[in-house]
Amino acid sequence: MGNKQTIFTSQQLDAYQDCTYFTRKEILRLFHRYRDLAPQLVPLDYKNQPEVRLPYELIGSMPELKDNPFRQRIAEVFSEDGEGNMTLDDFLDMFSVLSEMAPRDLKAYYAFKIYDFNNDDFICKSDLEKTLNKLTRNELTEDEVRMVCEKVMDEADLDNDGRLSLEDFQHMIVRAPDFLSTFHIRI
Amino acid sequence: MASRVSFDCDLVTDFESPADEDGVHDSFSQLIQEQCHGLHDVIEMSSFDLEEESRDDVEYLEAPDYQRSDSDALQQTDHLIGERWSSDTLKVLSSMPSRTIGRSRGAIISQYCNRTMQLRRRKQSRPSIQHFPRSARPSIRGYRVETDGAGFEEEENKRERLVNNLQNLSVNDRVRMLRAMPLSLAEKKELRMLVLNKAEHSVSQNQIPCCSQLKYYIIIALRHGWYGWLSFLSSLQLWQTALKCVGGRFGTGVLSYFVFLRTLLFFNVFLFLVTGLLLVVPQAIMHPDPDQNVSVSSTWGLEVLTGAGYFSHSVLYYGYYSNKMLQTGCSASRNGTSCTSGLSYNMPLVYFFTIGAAFFVTCIILVYSMSKSFGQSFRIDKSKGLLAIKVFGSWDFKVIKKSSVRLQRANIGTQLKELVAEVNRQKQKFPVLQRLFRLFIHMLAWIMCLGSTLACVLAVYYFSEYMHRDLHMRAHAGSSDPLLKEASLLAVPVVVSSFNLLLPGFFNAVAWMEEYDSPSVLNYVSISRNLLLKVSVLGVLCYYWLGRVASEPHLLRLECWESFVGQELYRFLLMDFIFMLLDTFFGEFLWRLFSQKALKRKRKPVFDIARNVLELIYGQTLAWLGVLFSPLLPAVQIIKLILLFYMKKVSLKMNCQASGKPWRASQMTTIFITLLCFPAFLGAAVCVTYTMWTMQPSQRCGPFQGLKTMFQAGKLWVQELAAVNPDLHWLASAHAYLVENPLFLFLSAGIFLIVIYFHSQVVDGQRKIIELLQEQIENEGEDKKFLITRLQDIHERKRGRTPRRVQGASEDSSYS
Repeated sequence: MGNKQTIFTSQQLDAYQDCTYFTRKEILRLFHRYRDLAPQLVPLDYKNQPEVRLPYELIGSMPELKDNPFRQRIAEVFSEDGEGNMTLDDFLDMFSVLSEMAPRDLKAYYAFKIYDFNNDDFICKSDLEKTLNKLTRNELTEDEVRMVCEKVMDEADLDNDGRLSLEDFQHMIVRAPDFLSTFHIRI
Repeated sequence: MASRVSFDCDLVTDFESPADEDGVHDSFSQLIQEQCHGLHDVIEMSSFDLEEESRDDVEYLEAPDYQRSDSDALQQTDHLIGERWSSDTLKVLSSMPSRTIGRSRGAIISQYCNRTMQLRRRKQSRPSIQHFPRSARPSIRGYRVETDGAGFEEEENKRERLVNNLQNLSVNDRVRMLRAMPLSLAEKKELRMLVLNKAEHSVSQNQIPCCSQLKYYIIIALRHGWYGWLSFLSSLQLWQTALKCVGGRFGTGVLSYFVFLRTLLFFNVFLFLVTGLLLVVPQAIMHPDPDQNVSVSSTWGLEVLTGAGYFSHSVLYYGYYSNKMLQTGCSASRNGTSCTSGLSYNMPLVYFFTIGAAFFVTCIILVYSMSKSFGQSFRIDKSKGLLAIKVFGSWDFKVIKKSSVRLQRANIGTQLKELVAEVNRQKQKFPVLQRLFRLFIHMLAWIMCLGSTLACVLAVYYFSEYMHRDLHMRAHAGSSDPLLKEASLLAVPVVVSSFNLLLPGFFNAVAWMEEYDSPSVLNYVSISRNLLLKVSVLGVLCYYWLGRVASEPHLLRLECWESFVGQELYRFLLMDFIFMLLDTFFGEFLWRLFSQKALKRKRKPVFDIARNVLELIYGQTLAWLGVLFSPLLPAVQIIKLILLFYMKKVSLKMNCQASGKPWRASQMTTIFITLLCFPAFLGAAVCVTYTMWTMQPSQRCGPFQGLKTMFQAGKLWVQELAAVNPDLHWLASAHAYLVENPLFLFLSAGIFLIVIYFHSQVVDGQRKIIELLQEQIENEGEDKKFLITRLQDIHERKRGRTPRRVQGASEDSSYS
């Protein structure tokens, strides 16, 4: 709109606007947040699309993610290399999906991938146990954890193969109206 | 289904899942490799009874079971997991549509290809009921997903098709599709570039005439403008950081209170802009009527509190507004005003229409936000699945403060334990006596609450009657202490506000003695009790103002009863604010000190969301009631809300902590918006309409002086128009027959009701469809299980093996 910014070309900004749920100002603000994590690594000029990748430790130290038990999975799911090292694109993608305006299906898809610890596209019993342990660190006993896992499998597994596929997950999320507001990080 | 199902056993296992692509799982190939090594090592896998076979064939595999669950697997003989699957079965299974969704880029691309195709088709022909969610299973939607064992070229084709489809969609749809695709941002940008290149290419290739190109550029410019506008709006995001702090520390429940406050602020800003620009500014620019004798008696500085005194003849109140045409270029001379030509501004008409239009627009916005919120929080009501939802959907990602995260962990742990215990516990059959006892306690509690509400209402009624008589005496006595007179105006607001403050505490105490099955029922009950109290108090007050003060203004020697009512509402609003301040100070700050020091509790008190939201709704109702009588009242409400926001935020940080009970934020938000719309806004609108339609305005002040009702202003204008311009005769008769004729209103109300009935039937039908679809999903699950076992049977029969587990080394397992 006439703001003189020299970080991106206007085509790049348009592309970001079309592909994420952010407006121009928010994209620039997010860029500065990204850059603040490592000012010496991130150049101020992205017109040539430099290959800059911030290591996971920096991403995980952001105040929005620092105390989130799932931060590692979140970073892994959204990063290109699967290790949690994020480029600017991954960073924008992550916060776009976690923003208010992302639709339920998109959020459910990524939530499923986050809870799928072994990356086999199913949430099996071990994934469930890990999720529970992250949710309630020492609150539940072994027995209780096992019981909860069984009950959850019973409730959510529709095709009875002992693990949750993406559809089972989405089917369940449809019945959780609070999901849209809890799976949301303000940045 | 799969395109390559073959029962040949000497297939080369093309078993890479599309592992060529990044970030895709390859568990099967990994498993194959593991098993390859494992086959040489039977001893390690002794818990699985491995069948040995010729070493060349690596295809005969275990079911992709999970190594640790051997004991479970042995028990679940019925489970598919425990079965041994042949390679062909595994191959078939791997190519099932449900297993390929979400897995590979190719599958995602083809899924979206089909969706864009459907979207295009949908745009061209109106569908009937296509409202089931997009995440419906692929088999229901009936589209075919190619196996992704297909080669790279096929994916390129799919991509081409996707790009084509995207290009043919409208721009908005394309952007929406792009954003909603679960691909990485780099790929989305690539797709977008392809689409745009193609579009440009076709644009330049076809040599379309210049006006279409112009249209293209105009559309691009409009889109830039739209983005700029969105940026501007988002930069106006009020209190973004404050909300983030609150949400980070206290979670979504408390955050919803502040978001609701912000919503109310926007409503008031809208009202203020409308009335300010259209009413206040023109009237303030023009001088008031010179024939109105203005005597300003300023007393003791109580004006800010009482709204009377200096303020009573200012733009704040109805009485200031002129009932004539405002004209620029008028010069006041001794014999009256002589006006030369200039802009004329019909004040009464504008007043009437502004208030009407403001209410109408507010109504539309409220109903729209209510329906949107309802749509988001609607759930197909099934009581099963609660535990799964709790595990996957209850972690609030907004919470970022460490202590709150710990608290959230503890809360979720407790809730999970309770849910599991509930599911396990047998339905307790209380003995009849105990149930009766509980019922008795509930009834007693309700009687106490209703009784106290009734007592409070009667008290307000009699007290207002007493003050009415008191004012009457003072008005007729003439020489009374002005300070006492002004201060006595404050009596009724103080009494009402103190009732509003104390009675909810009493209700809480009563609820503490009862026992409820679930905390949400407790929430609803307390909300309904508070609501009853506030509605009845407001009802009594409206009766007093409209029924007593307005009908007999001469009793109180009021020249302008509307200004008096406006002042009363101002006083009520202000007292409400002052009492909220007191409540925050005493209720939260002192209570925290007391509970920590005296009661020695470790935890700080909890922020009572429902009660605070109801207070906000009450204040907003007062503001809506008062807009007609005091056009600047929204400004007062704006100031009050801003101060309240900061005050509550500070008090929250100092005195409260996050609650341990679950709070269904989206459902509660829907309830609050509904309460704002139905009792609050509807009541205010009914009162205002009643005033405008039937009450006689003051004879000597305000924009409707001398008219029989305020509504007549519109009628007179129409008649004037018709008189001036005979062609508009139809307008006058239309007005006479349509707007004033009750039959027309009955008809239109009837039509609305019929439309609503039809829509509710449609919704019912859709709900039935949803239930049927759910049943179908479950049946399909059963079908799948059946087919897989059958498939396995067939394979094994072909190989001449028994379907049961074979012990040890059966070397004579040979391929046929």
